[in-house]
Amino acid sequence: MALLQLSEPGQSAAPHQHRLAVGIDLGTTNSLVAAVRSGKAVTLPNDDGEHLLPSVVRYTENGIEVGRQAKEMAAKDPLNTIISVKRLIGRGLADIKSLGNQLPYQFQDGDAAVPRIHTARGDVSSVEVSSEILKSLVRRAESSLGGELEGIVITVPAYFDDAQRQATKDAATIAGLKVLRLLNEPTAAAVAYGLDTGSDGVHAIYDLGGGTFDISILRLNKGVFEVLSTGGDSALGGDDLDHAIAEWIMSQADIDRDADRSTLRQLMQVACQAKEALTESDSTAISVVLADGASWQGELSREHFNILVDPLIRKTLAPCRRALRDAGLTPEDIEDVVMVGGSTRVPRVRELVGEFFRTEPLVDIDPDRVVAIGAAIQADILVGNKSDNEMLLLDVNPLSLGIETMGGLVEKLIPRNTTIPVARAQEFTTFKDGQTAMAVHVLQGERELVVDNRSLARFELRGIPPMVAGAARIRVTFSVDADGLLSVEAQEQSSGVRASVEVKPSYGLTDGEIESMLRESIDHAQEDMEARKLREQQVEAERVIEALTAALEDDGDALLNADERSSVESALRTLAEITRNGDHAAIKSAVDALEKSCEFYVERRMNASVRKAMSGHSVDDFE
Amino acid sequence: MTITITEAAARHVRNFLDNRGSGLGIRLGVRTSGCSGMAYVLEFADDSEADDQIFEQHGVKVLVDPKSLLYLDGTELDYTKEGLNEGFKFNNPNVKDACGCGESFNV
Repeated sequence: MALLQLSEPGQSAAPHQHRLAVGIDLGTTNSLVAAVRSGKAVTLPNDDGEHLLPSVVRYTENGIEVGRQAKEMAAKDPLNTIISVKRLIGRGLADIKSLGNQLPYQFQDGDAAVPRIHTARGDVSSVEVSSEILKSLVRRAESSLGGELEGIVITVPAYFDDAQRQATKDAATIAGLKVLRLLNEPTAAAVAYGLDTGSDGVHAIYDLGGGTFDISILRLNKGVFEVLSTGGDSALGGDDLDHAIAEWIMSQADIDRDADRSTLRQLMQVACQAKEALTESDSTAISVVLADGASWQGELSREHFNILVDPLIRKTLAPCRRALRDAGLTPEDIEDVVMVGGSTRVPRVRELVGEFFRTEPLVDIDPDRVVAIGAAIQADILVGNKSDNEMLLLDVNPLSLGIETMGGLVEKLIPRNTTIPVARAQEFTTFKDGQTAMAVHVLQGERELVVDNRSLARFELRGIPPMVAGAARIRVTFSVDADGLLSVEAQEQSSGVRASVEVKPSYGLTDGEIESMLRESIDHAQEDMEARKLREQQVEAERVIEALTAALEDDGDALLNADERSSVESALRTLAEITRNGDHAAIKSAVDALEKSCEFYVERRMNASVRKAMSGHSVDDFE
Repeated sequence: MTITITEAAARHVRNFLDNRGSGLGIRLGVRTSGCSGMAYVLEFADDSEADDQIFEQHGVKVLVDPKSLLYLDGTELDYTKEGLNEGFKFNNPNVKDACGCGESFNV
């Protein structure tokens, strides 16, 4: 007979209606699957009792291998063995190339939006590779839980942009899975520690995984989590600690940088083992087999290891500082620091993080499993197994979202670190008389000018009824769903015509870019303000020129004599000239001057239109 | 009228109760549903009802309402592993036939 699990009182499922759901931590180095069984969230092991599934996929002519089997072949068959695919997902080839030349894969040439990797089994995309990892975990879960899964929760770094989130969802879709929700990894960790059942306060989640670093500042308020700010570096992790050791070995053993690939792979494996050994012991022996068959023996002390990795660990503290500043807090405000990711086992990491936040970090739950456990708890709730314990998780969008307005300026509709899901709307109008279409350019970033931000999507709203400039009311609505995916809709209010776009996978940002986008917005704040003032004034001047030119065409001949007309036209030319070359103050005074010099003309037009409106009517008609 | 619980099942129940942080024991029962008549109920118990029968074994309280007890008399609650899957199993002598998966049964 079927095996049963304990349920909460009154929550026993009817036969054949168990709602099975799991949480998946799709990691750079390792992945995990966890489920809630009899009220307890546990990670699920495979037949050999292993919980961690190495995020490695190997493509051979005979089939696809996932996990340890594939990882063991990585050194021998580097071209067909895809490791750290999470660093590639949702990114374009240009971005991937900028990650440095550490990747041995042969990318298919061409400008396809989704780069494909050559393997013995044909070309594969990063989405397909991730999908193989998901499939393997789900097979394990379904045989552990004894049934088909209703849905899954996948965790992603808080730093993932829309393209990377969408690509992760696509990987699940290809694997035939229903994603209940994408959950930020740090938020999952907080849930795993049950910080939601504790007292109100502010917590920091420090996540140093194999390939990514994330810091999140969460506030618990009446049992509800709010993510105050996020930060991090998605190209910094345990792999980099391994690199530091590997480089040290190379310098000690006189190994060239251009040594063959399998030697380099072997070095990384040896370095990783040394790092893990130094968590427990004060010193470890290292042995490397060189290409010529000779071997090198060495010894690495924890003290020297600390010197090697200190700069890397300190590199994580800058995003911590920034995240605190974004949240308007100081280290003293942080109650608990949750340690996530295998790299937080390194004693030096715990030491420096403890010093920074002035508190002893939380390390009770296995830092490799904590995210999966939180995701499983969330999946269990979302699938409806725990109705009496409503938990609402709030996430934030990492970069501001806005649209382009006249003059190449960005109007931000949703500022960065706004809690999501969120919907914001703003009304825009037309610039020219009779304008019947409007281009909507969706942007992501912190800068004032379009050129300094990232373009996410463009679409056009057509069929706007012809009206004078400024009369149309076009409502643009931005909504970001719980997974951080953006949809934008523009609607003209009088006619109801509408157009919309959902942001689809596009080129991802490089890791450095997200950080530098934030940094630049601070560095260039003054410059940006000046640029915005100038562009705004230029747009204003253009509007005046546009309106005056239209007026001259309309009734210039009727209302002005030749002299007057040429003086107005020369004033127009002066303004156009200053608009091109002057600063914002000069343009402003030129606009003012033009308006003053044309006052008589404006007056005549007013009188003329009043006369026209009243002709044929007696004064009494207007009472 | 009696219900028994194996040492293995009791160990897991204690573990789950500790983890949950509250609860008197577990409640066993049956209800009419499922493809073959009856289905088992296996839940944490926070309160006992006046006419509940309570069986205590290996440090675990098992609560059963009198109506369910008719169908469960003599049942042994066990905890077993089948491949990767693990969970509780009802060894119920009253069962005459069950549906293919055994989630529901007839007495």
